[in-house]
Amino acid sequence: MKVIYLDHISGNPLHPQVREAIIDYIKKDGFGNPVSQHSIGDAAMEILEDARAKVAQLINADPQEIVFTSCGTEANNHAIKGVAFAKAKKGKHIITSNIEHQSVARPLRMLSQMGYNVTSVSVDKYGLVNPADVEEAIREDTILISIMHANNEIGTIEPIAEIGKIAKAKKVPFHTDSVVSCGNVPIDVNEMGVDLVSIAANQFYGPAGIGALYIREKTRILPLIDGGIQESNRRAGTPNMIGIVGMGKAAELARVEMPQRTEHLLKLKKAVMDRLATIDKIVINGHPEKSLPGLVSFSVEYIEGESMMMMLDEEGVSISTRSACASGSLRTSHVLIATGLDHATAQGTLVFSYGIDITLEDIDKAFVSLRKSVDFLRNMSPLYKKG
Amino acid sequence: MQYSDVVMDHFKKPRNVGKIDNPDGTGEVGNPICGDMMTITLRVKDDRIDDIKFNTFGCGAAIAVSSMVTEMAKGKTLEEALAITKESVAKSLGGLPKNKLHCSNLGADALHKAIMDYYEHKEGKVRETKEGEKVEHIGEREGKCYCPYCDAGLPDPTPICTHCGKPTLQHSDFPILKGAKE
Repeated sequence: MKVIYLDHISGNPLHPQVREAIIDYIKKDGFGNPVSQHSIGDAAMEILEDARAKVAQLINADPQEIVFTSCGTEANNHAIKGVAFAKAKKGKHIITSNIEHQSVARPLRMLSQMGYNVTSVSVDKYGLVNPADVEEAIREDTILISIMHANNEIGTIEPIAEIGKIAKAKKVPFHTDSVVSCGNVPIDVNEMGVDLVSIAANQFYGPAGIGALYIREKTRILPLIDGGIQESNRRAGTPNMIGIVGMGKAAELARVEMPQRTEHLLKLKKAVMDRLATIDKIVINGHPEKSLPGLVSFSVEYIEGESMMMMLDEEGVSISTRSACASGSLRTSHVLIATGLDHATAQGTLVFSYGIDITLEDIDKAFVSLRKSVDFLRNMSPLYKKG
Repeated sequence: MQYSDVVMDHFKKPRNVGKIDNPDGTGEVGNPICGDMMTITLRVKDDRIDDIKFNTFGCGAAIAVSSMVTEMAKGKTLEEALAITKESVAKSLGGLPKNKLHCSNLGADALHKAIMDYYEHKEGKVRETKEGEKVEHIGEREGKCYCPYCDAGLPDPTPICTHCGKPTLQHSDFPILKGAKE
């Protein structure tokens, strides 16, 4: 049975050209350390810098402002802890939102236990941050603003450029977690007025285990990982060359192919929305327009998400659920609760995330399975009354 | 997948789904805020469970538990059915993940509540056991939530466990600046 993979937000398949580039690299070079000052090292350095330039180009940055990391989570940790530690003498106040990914929320929680003050601005029913709230929260001792670009659970894209203007006027460094958006929607670090941007390659058909942090020139930040002089003293450790080669190629392809990809994804999104409209009692989560093209989050009333996910899995459709029952902690998603969704409805939340490898036919097949499981489970539910 | 083969089998092919019309006993436990909710309806003939059906809102484990408990109870005398416990249901299912042992394991509670409901209707509030002992049948655990961390029973759905202090539903790590806006 061919599995229809609608969980791209958890990781994308490798683009065939990325796979080729990685295999080529392993076959030809594969071992040189770019720090070594001999010809083998120089060759590796050239490959490293080529990949760096491609990642920089994707977000209109200078190559020297790109630091490779092991993943998006490391980039978020680096941005937040790196700035907080570097600027501790100036102040200890950080502003964030209440829908951030754990890799932002957890480091901030750690900092708050260490004596930093964190203000979390709330979102509206679409998951949008109000830039005026951010402005209002800025204090004398504010040293960082960290607001995500797009939300990984509901897809809402935040007004980063507007917040960027405020941050610039108030001279507060501004970090955005663009892990799920970078490579999928256009990012221009200058237009958006951001100082730090977190990126992960597996969100744009590159390999998992490699990411990057954009650090605007002159931003005061300490390394997260100390050691050698790699990445211009900003991230120690022998670079993951196989990952970096893949990320460079993936970034190049994302930049070139973005218009066609977006067109395809929006076509699929329309198909998903049209089909959802034919099912009774569905709540669509996230903003209707300001959202990722490749993700739809919705809640099916009267039934629970984990059982839907399991039924769809049996039918060969891989999706993700935000039900508390499917999370290890059995906690309802903080993002859904932040948008004002009630606990019972949040329990029935599914996320369809698709990519360039998914066709309209796949969406149709997935919906046949979805209807089947919704009917089956609603029929079983004590909460659902027909008619 | 975290579930045993038996759980998966009952999840995929749940037995005794539905609702008996004009049942002899009904037991409803849980609520959707807690996570799971289950209703069991019974038909009793000659002190035996002649027919039993369930409706469940919940995760894969909750559905498998519901299916299993109805299978275990079907055809048994009411006394035998009252001896079915959360532990025996979980055991028959080849075990349940630790964090689902209470939260999704409502089957025995719903069954007991349905049997009590039957007694209340047929015999009044107090019944006599085989040994001649008089017992008041009030379901002790009805409708409870359980903390996923310390397994303590919680009287009402609460965001913080009253026993271990851990958040049971969802919480914010930081002070929220403003209430969510329209």
